[in-house]
Amino acid sequence: MADEITLEVARYRPELESEPVMQSYQVPLREHWAVLDGLSYIKDHLDGTLSFRWSCRMGVCGSCGMTVNGEPQLSCATFLTDYAPGPVRVEPLRNFPVIRDLVIDIDDFMTKLPKVKPWLVREVHSPVEEGEYLQTPEELDEYKQFSMCINCMLCYSACPVYSLEPEFIGPAAIALAQRYNLDSRDEGAEERREILSSPEGIWACTFVGECSAACPKGVDPAGAIQRYKLTAATQSIKDLLMPRSRR
Amino acid sequence: MSRRPAPEPLLWMLFSSGGMVVALMVPILFFLFGIAFPLDLLSPPDHSHVFAILRNPFTRLVLFGLCALALFHWAHRFRFTLYDGLQLKRYAVPIVVLCYGGAVVGTVIAAAVLLTV
Amino acid sequence: MSTYQRPLALFWWLERRSYLLFVLRELSCVFVAWFVVYLLLLVNAISDGATSYEDFLDWSGQWWVVAINVIAMLFILLHAITWFGLAPRAMVIRLRGRRLPPTQVVAAHYLAWLVLSAIVAWLVLR
Repeated sequence: MADEITLEVARYRPELESEPVMQSYQVPLREHWAVLDGLSYIKDHLDGTLSFRWSCRMGVCGSCGMTVNGEPQLSCATFLTDYAPGPVRVEPLRNFPVIRDLVIDIDDFMTKLPKVKPWLVREVHSPVEEGEYLQTPEELDEYKQFSMCINCMLCYSACPVYSLEPEFIGPAAIALAQRYNLDSRDEGAEERREILSSPEGIWACTFVGECSAACPKGVDPAGAIQRYKLTAATQSIKDLLMPRSRR
Repeated sequence: MSRRPAPEPLLWMLFSSGGMVVALMVPILFFLFGIAFPLDLLSPPDHSHVFAILRNPFTRLVLFGLCALALFHWAHRFRFTLYDGLQLKRYAVPIVVLCYGGAVVGTVIAAAVLLTV
Repeated sequence: MSTYQRPLALFWWLERRSYLLFVLRELSCVFVAWFVVYLLLLVNAISDGATSYEDFLDWSGQWWVVAINVIAMLFILLHAITWFGLAPRAMVIRLRGRRLPPTQVVAAHYLAWLVLSAIVAWLVLR
């Protein structure tokens, strides 16, 4: 195994340039190093000005999403040896505005997420003294997959619809809405319906499926979206045939 | 507060049912009448036989359903192909008219052709 | 704060194999529409009588019609195969309380495809 590997890292310093430039660094090629370790080596030993986000370095916090060799990846979950002999091209996560170097502006997602009310919505929240809400293992299985989302936004990076239509609320937001819609403790499906059924909601999705391919946690947001399309469509037909009276 | 029924769910249902029906029935039909018979891979049925099958009202009903759903499947998918593939969403209004209008026209033609067998 | 936005290429779908496959899958709808046209031409020919039908068969045997139809057939197969692969992800089917694994749902689709195709073939070829 070679000693070193080249990382070609996108640098963007708004005070210096109008678009990103690539800068090459030689980092040690250690057997258990991820791209994140390479970047940390650069920052610690080669170039302290490099900016990037990271936190848990074990694939649960969702902070370190980047574009590695053209693919949306968690930099802590992509290993240098898999790219040997290199070079490895590291760019900021696509479809998001770049603030600096590898740091992107995630305000869009942060505004969209609360719109789908990703929390338990209930008429009455029982006080703690009354004990837990009980849930069978089967009821848990209904939504468990969608609860695995770590908000890393690799799915937004992979989604061509999001790149074409920035108003699209996006795969993770819809998957998280489904996580609560399908939770037996939740009563908020009706409240989420309007945003999900809007033109910027599920109907903008054309089931490209790249979001699920990019997801590092196996959430399958594409599946969540298609399931909700069926739910929303059958609900629409029911509404048409048997108009419900609204309070 | 009552919402005007949005068209998207209905259009998606048509697209979806169309896609399923097309996937199940079109390969064999197109293989037989579009490739096998024209190329004599299989001997084409004689006229009296196909005419008898066609005259059956059930056949014509199934074929009409197939044509209508297939056309609305095309309309919906083509609309989004133009929006996303060629980035023509700014022409949404004429595209919608072209696609779904075309599907409606095609369905009417299909009805006319199948009724006058 | 001046952020940088990477420009989107007009033919963004040429940049990745998975995007290209997606667009090809979507374009299959054009050949679905062609099938409808072709079918209606065939029905029209049959209802116009035996000579019309023979003329149609001759016309459909011309090299350029065959060429279009072969390409159309490939796209229609692409449609069917991608459809059967994706449909199970939109539906959660429960049998006796347990959720059917996706592979079984896909298999059920192919079985239905086989049975329907056999019925049609038998009807037409007997």
